[in-house]
Amino acid sequence: MGNHSDGSPNHSGTVATAGQNEVEKFQDPGLPPHRLRLADTDPVAAKRAERQVAILFGTSVIGTLVFLVAYFAIDLGEDSTIATIRTQNLLLGLGTAFAMLGIGTGIVHWAKALMPDHEVSEERHAIRTEEDRQAAVRIVDDIVEETGIKRRPLIRNTLLGAVALAPLPALAIFGDLGPRPDDALAHTMWAPEGGKLKRLTRDPDGTPIKASDVTIGSAFHVIPEGLNELHEGKLNEKAKAVVLLMRLDPNSLNPSEGRENWSYNGIVAYSKICTHVGCPVALYEQQTHHLLCPCHQSTFDLTQECKVIFGPASRPLPQLPIAVDAEGYLVATSDFREPVGPSYWERDEHERLINS
Amino acid sequence: MSASSTAEAPFVPKTKVGSFTNFVDERVGGSGILREFGRKVFPDHWSFMFGEVALYSFVILLMSGTFLTFFFDPSMAETHYQGSYTPLYNVEMSVAYSSSLNISFDVRGGLFMRQVHHWAALLFVASLGVHMLRVFFTGAFRKPREMNWVVGGVLLILAMAAGFTGYSLPDDLLSGNGLRIIDGVIKSIPVIGTYTSFFLFGGEFPGTAIIGRLYVLHILLVPALILLMIVIHLFMVVVHKHTQYPGPGRNDGNVVGYPLGPVYAAKAGGFFFIVFGVLALMAAAFTINPIWNYGPYDPSPVSAGTQPDWYIGFVDGALRLMPGVINDFHFEWVIFGRTLTLNVLLPALVPAGIIFTVLFMYPWIERWITKDNREHHVLDRPRNAPTRTAIGVAGFTWYCVMWAAAGSDLIATHFHVSLNDVTYWLRTLFFIGPVIAFIVTKRIALALQRKDREIALHGRETGRIVRLPHGEFIEVHAPLDEYKRYKLVGFESPAPLPAEPNEHGVVTRKEKRRAALSKWFFEDRVAPATPAELEAAHAHGHHEAIAAGEDQKSLSH
Repeated sequence: MGNHSDGSPNHSGTVATAGQNEVEKFQDPGLPPHRLRLADTDPVAAKRAERQVAILFGTSVIGTLVFLVAYFAIDLGEDSTIATIRTQNLLLGLGTAFAMLGIGTGIVHWAKALMPDHEVSEERHAIRTEEDRQAAVRIVDDIVEETGIKRRPLIRNTLLGAVALAPLPALAIFGDLGPRPDDALAHTMWAPEGGKLKRLTRDPDGTPIKASDVTIGSAFHVIPEGLNELHEGKLNEKAKAVVLLMRLDPNSLNPSEGRENWSYNGIVAYSKICTHVGCPVALYEQQTHHLLCPCHQSTFDLTQECKVIFGPASRPLPQLPIAVDAEGYLVATSDFREPVGPSYWERDEHERLINS
Repeated sequence: MSASSTAEAPFVPKTKVGSFTNFVDERVGGSGILREFGRKVFPDHWSFMFGEVALYSFVILLMSGTFLTFFFDPSMAETHYQGSYTPLYNVEMSVAYSSSLNISFDVRGGLFMRQVHHWAALLFVASLGVHMLRVFFTGAFRKPREMNWVVGGVLLILAMAAGFTGYSLPDDLLSGNGLRIIDGVIKSIPVIGTYTSFFLFGGEFPGTAIIGRLYVLHILLVPALILLMIVIHLFMVVVHKHTQYPGPGRNDGNVVGYPLGPVYAAKAGGFFFIVFGVLALMAAAFTINPIWNYGPYDPSPVSAGTQPDWYIGFVDGALRLMPGVINDFHFEWVIFGRTLTLNVLLPALVPAGIIFTVLFMYPWIERWITKDNREHHVLDRPRNAPTRTAIGVAGFTWYCVMWAAAGSDLIATHFHVSLNDVTYWLRTLFFIGPVIAFIVTKRIALALQRKDREIALHGRETGRIVRLPHGEFIEVHAPLDEYKRYKLVGFESPAPLPAEPNEHGVVTRKEKRRAALSKWFFEDRVAPATPAELEAAHAHGHHEAIAAGEDQKSLSH
């Protein structure tokens, strides 16, 4: 690194080095002499500045008028178009901008050109004087003495105990902010109800999907049968149950043991909720068989059971076991075999619960 | 005493305005306040405006926000849109989203107010950030202003909280996915994460409670806290009086500037209108957050190229940079049957945690290293504190790498490069970017100090080339006047402070660490030029000046 205290490549011989702090310093020459502005010396220039300020204030008046005209003259009736709203927005904005900038630039110009520009120096005062400190200490001592808190530990200790416990009701009252999680996150709407398997239906209209409609290379956004008929908690169920349905060449799927019959004729269904932080994994790259989450770019490989091949997710997308019912519609043979969506503390426990 | 009693005859105002002011004054003591503050001196510099921009943006946020509350309905009940925006007519959505659309399309000036509010929010956080950078790089956080620096940091966090809670209110697709991400991050917190999520959302995500709860936070709790912090912040500014840049006539014992009335008040007051005007111009001409394009929140769709508001970007970017799996090493662990998802937890909490911890502690860290317990009212020029400046730029670079990562997909699509490559590069920069920034910045600061020294000793370059009789060409340098020179030489250049024994004569390990840091801080330094050096330079320069000709005697080279 070299010795940088020098300041120039050529050794000048008068360099301060460590431990030699008190080298001679330049004296503060004091405030530089004040320089007059044109408006201070030339009455014509001063008059001109005065006119400029007045013009700026006048611009502000025009801006206010523009705003009022745009507000009242443009009618947002039933038949208004986006173009009308844009025009009105532009005019209201321009009016406000001129109204404000006129006042602002006018005042600043007035201050800079016409008001005295002498810089003045003011002494700083000690933030705390020693005298004040001593007086404060005496006052505090007196106060403490008069309460007698040092002499009466019983009072002090019971007060501390009471104050420490008093906030507990305030905390307890927030206990009903939400229900206990229990195992709500472990289940979705795909679980068969009363022995009836749920059909895979199109998002958002809810029409069932025939296996024969799913051509190779196509992808469907899927919701469970009955979701649209829910009156309460529809979005909650949807946030767990949405599925992506795709058909690949059956030979390119490499099902692991136990998952051989989770697909039908190359048709596979995977949870659409990213295992990272829960965004919908909405982008399907047909050529590479990759699923990409647009939020944080986690990438999943369909040919490897949606294993993570890039990005911040750490777990594969859960697969939904599917089959075809008597009428040729795709159905889920069971719920997901693991919790869907982002990981949480009890997740592993829930996974064991599902598979038990 | 009799003389003074006649002088204290009750004051009788002569005009109507006079009697009104007198009425108020007799009851609140306004004269005393005016006497104290009416001519209070404020130093002036363009870089002091950032804090003002933040303050004024906040005032504009309060005004435009109040207007919006009159029309906004924070309900998550289902409705079918009946307003005048035809593409979404009869679409099922929440009342919150529907009322946001109504503000945009059916309330006159509503769209303008929404845009002013959103732009002002973006500007509020931005100006706070730039203001804090100014304070950091000029050393304005030093004694006695450490606590005010902390208040400023709290304000930055509150501003981000205010921004995020407000961003989520329209219940559109984009902000809904933002909430989804927050939910995912909360769920990754060990032990309490799942409960916290259920408590925040009133059950499972998204539930029907979150918008109403965020609304109360956004319009009541957070702004009240911001207001309280601003009051404390400004109170301390009055107590400390403002800092000033170094220069002739300015020292730690005085404050040089314009009196509050009229010049400073006029400039600062006028500046409010300028900030308002610029924001109005932006709201008029530049669309921000066009919620009607996104549609209502639905957990299933998402648009490509999703972006949070800029101030949340660095957290989102950190989430993107973290790999979930490296080769076969997974960052999600199951320990004793519990799931610990480090691929979310680490990037969401650690970088932001480090940034804010260092930010809050920095005044005390530097004070410990330098053992400097004096009050500082004169600012440092950033070049004159090279190590601090380098630390600041390193931290800023780290932040910017994460921030850029939040747009990794847009970088990839706009510059036609591979998304994976962008991520790999940013992952690398995450680690080496700050190091490079530190080294480069420190070298630049030292080089600028050398340049200052050069100019102080040899004068400024005039651009006049003179040919000497023996054929040599030289550029004539003009000496500085003493005021300009003082600006270049009037700074402190502390030397490393070696370890000192304590009262027991022992050099503790902590003290040795401090000394090592002190060496790291001040080892490379450029001392300010001294009068003796100037003398020497003059003597040296005169030979050539005389040789250059009669008329250049006064010029030195």
